[in-house]
Amino acid sequence: MFVAWRDLRFAKGRFALMGAVVVLITLLVGLLSGLTSGLARENVSAVTGLPATHLAFAAPPGGQEVSFTRSQVPESAWRAWSGQPGVRSARPVGIRTTDAAAGERTAAVSVFGVEPAGGLAPRGLAPGQVVLSEKAAEELGGAKAGGTVRVGRLELTVAAVSGTAAYSHTPVVWADLRDWQRIGDPGTSPEAVATVVALDADGSADLAAGDRAAGTTVRTIAEALGAIGSYQAENGSLQLMRGFLFAISALVIGAFFTVWTIQRSADVAVLKALGAATPYLLKDALGQAVVLLAAGAGLGTALAAGLGALISGSDVPFVLDAPTVLVPAAVMIALGAAGAALSVRRITAVDPLTALGSAR
Amino acid sequence: MTLLLHDVTLTYPDGESRLTALDAVGLEVPAGTLTAVVGPSGSGKSSLLAVAATLVTPDSGRVVVAGRDTAPMSAAQKSALRREHIGIVFQQPNLLASLTAAEQLQVMAHLSGRPARQLRRRALELLDAVGLADKADKRPHQLSGGQRQRVNIARALMNEPTVLLVDEPTSALDHERGAAVLDLLVTLTRERSTATVLVTHDRAHLERMDRTVTMTDGRLADPVAAA
Repeated sequence: MFVAWRDLRFAKGRFALMGAVVVLITLLVGLLSGLTSGLARENVSAVTGLPATHLAFAAPPGGQEVSFTRSQVPESAWRAWSGQPGVRSARPVGIRTTDAAAGERTAAVSVFGVEPAGGLAPRGLAPGQVVLSEKAAEELGGAKAGGTVRVGRLELTVAAVSGTAAYSHTPVVWADLRDWQRIGDPGTSPEAVATVVALDADGSADLAAGDRAAGTTVRTIAEALGAIGSYQAENGSLQLMRGFLFAISALVIGAFFTVWTIQRSADVAVLKALGAATPYLLKDALGQAVVLLAAGAGLGTALAAGLGALISGSDVPFVLDAPTVLVPAAVMIALGAAGAALSVRRITAVDPLTALGSAR
Repeated sequence: MTLLLHDVTLTYPDGESRLTALDAVGLEVPAGTLTAVVGPSGSGKSSLLAVAATLVTPDSGRVVVAGRDTAPMSAAQKSALRREHIGIVFQQPNLLASLTAAEQLQVMAHLSGRPARQLRRRALELLDAVGLADKADKRPHQLSGGQRQRVNIARALMNEPTVLLVDEPTSALDHERGAAVLDLLVTLTRERSTATVLVTHDRAHLERMDRTVTMTDGRLADPVAAA
């Protein structure tokens, strides 16, 4: 990179301008990634936090996709799953979004109904009681253990406040499955149903056989996130924006290095005439692009991390961790280098004869 | 023989026909001698240099540089040959804008895979030899035309070439500076035993040459028969 380093120092203005573009795009992608992760956390953390490998949904009719809102599994389903070889546990989970109230304060919450002794329930949960997530307690005016909250038509005692679980952008309230079944049922003998069955299965489990026996459709936890309608739409839109930003950055970098390579074609011709091998020139030019990208992405990532730290403590859903800031930077560098590689390959076509001027 | 062109013919496409740039040209240049190539514009002088520099492959004939026949060489091998054995002094200095005068020379070492930093001393010695010791850290835009041309010459000598190909080095210089550059080329050819081929329009240079050949329509008017 003998010439490349000196070009970087000599054409400071041009490279600073391009570097600034890389910084800004990386900053934007970094912030968008943090926001995407933050929104996803508020959408699915209660589901991803379940100690389970799979979720079994009620088999949707007519080839439809599974959905949390449409799924309703009877008790026979989790009994059937419990008896399947390779399934260590099958626990019902009821999920319902409703209003909760404590005194004058009301808040939209997602009630997760689980069996108190079933392994999915947070510590302290018992029939007639609820465990509030921290956000739910905050939105209900600082509800504390020992207090009461009204969920649907039930008055329930707060057993504890713990965790940050959220579902579909609402804080989670953990309740006994029997209480959960009564929340939305006006009768005195609610049907013994749940929304899904949380399975803890090992590799030997025959999931298809389990589905046939239970009349369900099983999904891994990651696949099951697609059954949350708001998550699919929201996450899809944000990922699309991220994808476009990556594509734009690759195009911008590619365009810059195309112009830059054309501008220095005469220098390339001279170096070739003096004996520079084409791989040497390609390495020099690509190395220059990678240095520019690494510096720009590094600075952009640092700014995104700084801004993310400032806003992650506020109401803005923002996740600041290594994957959200480092992965976009790495993708930026990789795609930018790919764009630059496509541009600098025109070096191979530069004719060293042009360095001699008119040779005919 | 350090540079040998034997029965070299080179044609270029010209519409539906082909234009003959070099027509059965033969030329021998021994080490430590200067050969001038003169002739009108379009007579094939620059084509002769391009072929000798292995930048163009002739249609037929042999080009031997430092005892090595270039015909069977790949592009990479020809690049290596240019790095190690051929120095080119361009008509225009063709210096790289981002490099200082010393770095213009150091890059030649770097192209050959040698650590450029360790060869700064040699670069400074060569700049001193062309009278530019005090301009080592100047970039091209900070040098005069004559100074740039002297850096161009020093660069061509950096890898101690056995063949020096010089393309009208004084065309952009006034008489005084042109004479100084010619003095330098003569001195360096003798001292470093290079086989120097000088393309020139300037008849005043010819008395300093060991031999002069004239090109007309792609033919050498007084070619020496090749071995």
